Amino acid sequence: MPEMTLIEAIRQAMDEEMARDPEVFIVGEDVGKRGGVFRATMGLYDKYGEHRVIDSPLAELSIVGVGIGAALYGMRPICEIQFADYIFPAFNQIVGEAARMCYRSNGTWSVPLVIRAPYGGGISGGLYHSQSVEAFFAHVPGLKVVIPSNPYDAKGLLKSAIRDPNPVMFFEPKKGYRLIRGEVPEEEYLVPIGPAKISRFGRDVSIFAYGMMHYYALQAAELLAQEGIEAEVVDLRTLAPVDKTTILESVKRTGKALIVHEDNLTLGYGAEVAAIIAEHAFTDLDAPVRRLAGPDVPGVPFSPPLQEWFMPNPQKIADAARRLAQF
Amino acid sequence: MATRVIMPQLGESVVEGTVVSWLKKEGERVEKEEALVEITTDKVQTEIPSIASGVLLKILVGEGETVRAGTTLAWIGEPGEVIPEADTGMSQLHAVPAAAATSVAGTVPISEAARDLGFISPVVARLAKEHQIDLTQIKGTGEGGRITKKDVLAYLEQHKEVAVETPAWETRGGGELFRLPEAQPQTSPPQPSVALQGDILIPHSAMRLAIAEHMTRSKRTSPHVTTVMEADMSAVAAHREAHQAQFARDGVRLTYTAYFISAIVTALKAYPQVNSSWSDEGLVVHQAIHIGVAVSLGEEGLIVPVIKNADGLSLLGLARAIQDLAERARSHRLQPDEVKGGTFSITNHGTSGSLFATPIIPQPQCGILGVGAIKKRPVVIHDAIAIRPMVYLSFTFDHRILDGYSADGFLAKVVSVLENWTEVG
Amino acid sequence: MLSKETKLDMYWTMLLSRRLDERSWVLHRQGRIAFHISGIGQEAAQVGAAFALRRGYDWFLPYYRDIALMIALGYTPRDFALSMMGKAEDITSAGRQMPSHWSLRSANVPSQSATVATQTSHAAGIGLAIKLHGEDKVVLTCIGEGATSQGEWYEGVNWAAVHRLPVIFLVQNNQYAISERVERQMAVPGPAAKACGLGLDGREVDGTDVFQVYEVIAEAAEKARRGEGPSLIEAKLYRITPHSSDDDDRTYRSREEVEAYKKRDPLLIAQAILEKEGILTPKKLDEMEAKAKQIVDEAVEYAEKAAYPSVEDAATHVFVEEVSHA
Repeated sequence: MPEMTLIEAIRQAMDEEMARDPEVFIVGEDVGKRGGVFRATMGLYDKYGEHRVIDSPLAELSIVGVGIGAALYGMRPICEIQFADYIFPAFNQIVGEAARMCYRSNGTWSVPLVIRAPYGGGISGGLYHSQSVEAFFAHVPGLKVVIPSNPYDAKGLLKSAIRDPNPVMFFEPKKGYRLIRGEVPEEEYLVPIGPAKISRFGRDVSIFAYGMMHYYALQAAELLAQEGIEAEVVDLRTLAPVDKTTILESVKRTGKALIVHEDNLTLGYGAEVAAIIAEHAFTDLDAPVRRLAGPDVPGVPFSPPLQEWFMPNPQKIADAARRLAQF
Repeated sequence: MATRVIMPQLGESVVEGTVVSWLKKEGERVEKEEALVEITTDKVQTEIPSIASGVLLKILVGEGETVRAGTTLAWIGEPGEVIPEADTGMSQLHAVPAAAATSVAGTVPISEAARDLGFISPVVARLAKEHQIDLTQIKGTGEGGRITKKDVLAYLEQHKEVAVETPAWETRGGGELFRLPEAQPQTSPPQPSVALQGDILIPHSAMRLAIAEHMTRSKRTSPHVTTVMEADMSAVAAHREAHQAQFARDGVRLTYTAYFISAIVTALKAYPQVNSSWSDEGLVVHQAIHIGVAVSLGEEGLIVPVIKNADGLSLLGLARAIQDLAERARSHRLQPDEVKGGTFSITNHGTSGSLFATPIIPQPQCGILGVGAIKKRPVVIHDAIAIRPMVYLSFTFDHRILDGYSADGFLAKVVSVLENWTEVG
Repeated sequence: MLSKETKLDMYWTMLLSRRLDERSWVLHRQGRIAFHISGIGQEAAQVGAAFALRRGYDWFLPYYRDIALMIALGYTPRDFALSMMGKAEDITSAGRQMPSHWSLRSANVPSQSATVATQTSHAAGIGLAIKLHGEDKVVLTCIGEGATSQGEWYEGVNWAAVHRLPVIFLVQNNQYAISERVERQMAVPGPAAKACGLGLDGREVDGTDVFQVYEVIAEAAEKARRGEGPSLIEAKLYRITPHSSDDDDRTYRSREEVEAYKKRDPLLIAQAILEKEGILTPKKLDEMEAKAKQIVDEAVEYAEKAAYPSVEDAATHVFVEEVSHA
């Protein structure tokens, strides 16, 4: 089975969907000739032409607004926002228009749109190239939010997102673009949007994570196994709609929950998972629900020791999980 | 080392008792077997003899107080001996554990429970209540000496028969005399060993032994009868063809098994007596429908994961559940609950080419449906010959529960659902 | 050249819209509806534009004052009454949105929101889709002059200009954005003047003359179909009524100003033109008035009797549900 990086899997997904459906097109800054600043769309401009891989003006709002218009017409745009940090000008279009279109027209109109953006820190990007924004969007009914942690899921989920008739936010952990490698089948496959995945079964503590943090959580689990602690690792994958069943099933098994994300702690996605567990798995809990997250400062600092201080890593995750396992 | 005096269980169904009066005062000496305290329950009033000689160091439960069986009433020892107390270390959490402990320990004074037991987490409280455990009997290995879920589960493992510390004669014996007839282990007469030259001894795997035990016991328990019918699968094949792509988009492989299970569910609803278990008191008819799906593990053996509440699943839901359980069965990632609790089972013996079979019933179910290979055959329809994909369905049933009439009725219903499969399913 | 029948039809559409609009004010003041936002004085710009395009074929992204535009596109007074009262049969949203948040699939009018100018980049997106498909459809999007201050508007127009999309940006300059006059919105004389900064043609037209508007829009549509890109048309007109049923315009403008503009009522202007051409007679006018009144009466009566949406359905359509099994 071929092995590839996260970014290659993402590119393959777009390539296959564009070949399969002429209504699929890509729009964003530098996606055309440049092939995307992260090379996510490398080669697609040459293959599909300037009318299907469109270089847009430097204007995030209208990248999404124009995408919405095209989607209303029946096309399937993939809007790329160059860095999730720059998504805020488009916030109104995403939350006020795309998310609400189906509901406000009582199902008459829909927006089959994908918005892709690289997110997350650890690449010396400072405050404006490292942000996590998933919490803002997972909060909004009418939007789906997907974050892959490996190439297999990235390809399968992106294909599902492109085929989904609803607006899907697809956030890609940029630190893992070239770092995370994995096997990807040659045959056609999809990964459904919705179900979380238990990537490692365990008995002593459940670690819930997504994106880069899931990659680190698996490493943390290996460290813990050497100490005789069996951590269960759950890749949340789809943040909205949330897979309560798998989350609760895992807590039932271990009784201890640790949620990890690099986004700021307060009102980050972990808060919702913690609330779900507290409400629905109260009598399965053997310890308080804990979150390991980025500190509550406005952004990931640039200087190496400061970035290190901010970002969760396998060691920090193992420490938190160990304390919980020993509770 | 001071000795603990506990509230005894004065009868099998009695769970609590009330202290009527203490016959000794704190600081007074008491001899072993001497009457120490008067207790009453709704059935019995009695004096409890002391279990040790020594000084009554501390009375924990006062006169007129009602506590659960197993609760510590007092401590007896030599003057100056330290009364063991569990180190709590979680003083700020007392409000919560006190409440939890109270629900377990009945009317034990709140402060007593907290001091003894430390922080009681929600799952520990629930397990204690569900299994009627006296938490004071469990050693805590958690932070600060608290009782963890693991500690409770370990305790349950060790104390399967006895939930509470009770006098030996109050509990059911484990000896042959007390075991009910059908639970008597039937050991087969030892086989004479026939050693031939060139014999290789392959030790039995745990799975092999488990399968051997189960199959033998099942055959001994239920009189097995198999009835066979055939079904025309063309309607199902057409539906599957039309919907495969759609299901694939949801990440689900739509197999024939989903249809068979759906048909079984419909037939079980029409013939509820088939969704049952034999008991001496009567036929236990299950309301829930949990379908066991036999999954072959190749040379290794077979395992039967269970789809719970199959009647609440759509075709998509069934297909998804089958795919998930089969995948995890083959990669040995099933949970213990997932191979228990089935009320009816299906086995696809046809995948290896078999046409019809006489499968063995997974106890304590009433029956199992064997599905043979789907093969195109010439059949007679309206006096003309047509080619149709046909399958033999072999229904093995427990003849204690069903007779041929109802068994055939059930099987005919399965056939009918399959042959008349419509868009609505 | 417009035929007599078409001209009469245009007048009829403006008249029906006006009478519906007037009745809505009455309903509000009687406490029978919660809210109304009016298009009185702007009918000519809207009807002229609608008739210049191929209704049911081209795409339309209106703004909240476009009652007359919507009537021209096939939205009925009954539809409007149902939406004012929040009834289940409301075709735009089954009672979920306030009135004047248009949506009409049959006329290619996507659902509108209240955050102004979001429709501008949607219009560009639809124009892009049309162009990518190689079709000859045209997109008309309307907006008030105040909303052209939004970044949203600039980005949408910029896109259309850069990619030469078949979009007509019709700005109905009624001189007031709630209480703020146009001078508070822009440093140029009017929105048409912004066009050259964005690289497209900008034209002004008398928004009170329905036939002039027709000519200008028809020309812009032709240009778009020839692949020559978007146009910015500023229809100069006046907002006769307060901003909405919740506004009191006495706090920011004089009665004299309003009265002066009432003399330039688009209905009166069209009436004069058609009477001069002999197309409209007093008898015909009386017939039309009677018919309009009857339609509006029936619409209100129907809507008042119609059922409210049920709460059981209130949480539906958050997502498009895919049918996943038979």
